[in-house]
Amino acid sequence: MRLNASERGAFAMPSDFAPDSQVASRVRFAGFLPSDPTITMLGGLIAVAVLVFSTLTPNRFLSADTLRAIAFQMPELGILSLAMMVPLMSGGLNLAIIATANCSALVMAAILTRLIQPSMPSPGVAAIIALALLAGMLTSLGIGFLTGVIVAFLGVHPILVTLGTMTLVKGAAVLATSGTVIAGFPPAVLFLGNGTLIGFPVSLILFLLCATIVAVILTHAPFGVSVRMIGSNERATRYSGVPTEWVLVGVYVVSSLLCWVAALLMMARFNSASAGYAESYLLITILAAVLGGVDPFGGFGRVLGLCLSLVLLQVISTGFNLLGFSPYLTAAIWGATMILAIVIAMVRDRWISRSTR
Amino acid sequence: MRNFVRFLFRRHDVQIGLIVVIMAACFSTISSGFLTPGNLMDMLESYSVMAIMAAGLLVVLISGGIDISFAAIAAVSQFLVAIILVRFGGNWFVAFSLAGLFGALLGVVNALLIYYLGAISVIVTISTMTFYFSILMFVTQGKSIYNLPNWFTSDISVLAIPFPVVVAAIALLLTLFLVSRLTIGRQIYGLGGNPEAAKRMGCNIVGLQCFVYGYSGFMAAVAGIVQAHRVEEVVPYALIGRELDVLAAVVLGGASLSGGVGTVSGTVLGIVLLAVLQNGLTLLGVSSYSFGVVTGIVILVSVSATAYAAKRQRKRSIRDAI
Repeated sequence: MRLNASERGAFAMPSDFAPDSQVASRVRFAGFLPSDPTITMLGGLIAVAVLVFSTLTPNRFLSADTLRAIAFQMPELGILSLAMMVPLMSGGLNLAIIATANCSALVMAAILTRLIQPSMPSPGVAAIIALALLAGMLTSLGIGFLTGVIVAFLGVHPILVTLGTMTLVKGAAVLATSGTVIAGFPPAVLFLGNGTLIGFPVSLILFLLCATIVAVILTHAPFGVSVRMIGSNERATRYSGVPTEWVLVGVYVVSSLLCWVAALLMMARFNSASAGYAESYLLITILAAVLGGVDPFGGFGRVLGLCLSLVLLQVISTGFNLLGFSPYLTAAIWGATMILAIVIAMVRDRWISRSTR
Repeated sequence: MRNFVRFLFRRHDVQIGLIVVIMAACFSTISSGFLTPGNLMDMLESYSVMAIMAAGLLVVLISGGIDISFAAIAAVSQFLVAIILVRFGGNWFVAFSLAGLFGALLGVVNALLIYYLGAISVIVTISTMTFYFSILMFVTQGKSIYNLPNWFTSDISVLAIPFPVVVAAIALLLTLFLVSRLTIGRQIYGLGGNPEAAKRMGCNIVGLQCFVYGYSGFMAAVAGIVQAHRVEEVVPYALIGRELDVLAAVVLGGASLSGGVGTVSGTVLGIVLLAVLQNGLTLLGVSSYSFGVVTGIVILVSVSATAYAAKRQRKRSIRDAI
């Protein structure tokens, strides 16, 4: 019997009712076998996209410039997508990621621009940068902790809680700045967004670092295993002795801390902070995570899949950019890619269940 | 009697209604401009677009799904209808029926994708939202349409009630009739409450989903027309970004994201709560920059209180059972 997701209801879906064929593919999602269908599919799509773009724009797509463009554009969306992925793995969602990132960027920006005088010696500047980083981190930490406590201890649906925190945090940022932009940071901060280390953009290194840490936590740390277990079946996890409430608080704290890193990158790239930056990224991060094989019901997903889906999205946007298409068309293709990925996954599941019968 | 009062106060819409009444009383004592017919009508008028969209979204939430794409659908239908009206002329009937048709079609596309791909509604509607809106922006290049016909932009009122308020009232009454009096409405509650049971009862799941998402698209498109009438222009990106506000209002009104729960009266009260709050704060001279903070706190407190009450109720019933 095949029950599709729409029949199971949108959110409150006990994943223990998954049909056999889906269980089979999900087991493979979680495992580390080389034949992960999502990874194969994304690899294939990337290969097709690269092939198409390099034939359409010969000598231009396959160049160092393209690589550089992708390497500089990916980290921001990438870290925000990681921040979305961790709650998704626990069966939740964090709609407040952009608001959190903007808010902590504003806190850091306010400290940096108010306290640094032009005549200050460099140790003083370094101390103030450290102070700003700490304050930004504490801001994110506080938002994440509040979200997590309401989700975990009151049992409110994460969409509702994060809708509330998103409105509240963004409102606070707008109220504090009156909608204005805070700009002008010391070179050390700008280096994070635009500098390179042995040929690699610092922001890319930062993203890869975050991705590796999240991957290791999700696959090897007891916390990460608990997160995935909660995503599969929260009640069973609680009955097996896992303090699910505190794990959920941790999920939103980790998500918010990733927002803090994203805030740093955004500040450095734009050389400014505001309450309204990057808002169009919010729903795109969900798209990127799900395209990367993260199960929106929770429990399954790999950081490698997310990275590949980000590469695919960037290849598409850079290719279309080279072809001279408007960025809006790129976004439309992103939406279509998502639908295409769902179709491919469905056809594959059908095919697997038919061939095993 | 005491039991009845207790029953009454446990009802979500009664609680929200009480909060609205208390807030309105406070605002009207502090500011004499609050409880005037002019101000109340302004308030209703400016929230009418949101109310129409909320009527559509409520039905989707009752069915256990979610629709993120309705603002994009509204923008697309608004634009298509504006082009047709500017090129060929028309009247209100043509405007609303065309918009409703486009909106319902785009909504049915959502439903078919959700049903046949077996993907969850939030992901599908985020994808279609991105797709619809980007295509719209690509085609229009972000340019607005200003030369709307005069009959379309001139103010109309029925019995001194502004046109947008009339449309919103009709939309809400239609939705009330749908969910409480029609068989299909009861089937939608059934689908949201327990999809498998609804299927075994013989409900046509595909048909119900097409209806639900089509209805949401239809209402969104009608809201788009009303919004264009209010602001006297069609701006492609004017409605985008409103989807989460509308969701917040519907949820404040007691609809549940897990489906099967939600009332029209609650939705109306959710919108009235937000409207009274923002209007009252404006009259008190509080900066509009503080709206976000206040709205955020209201959402958080409301959803937390509802969840806390449900938790206590559950504990109590377990204790009674023992």
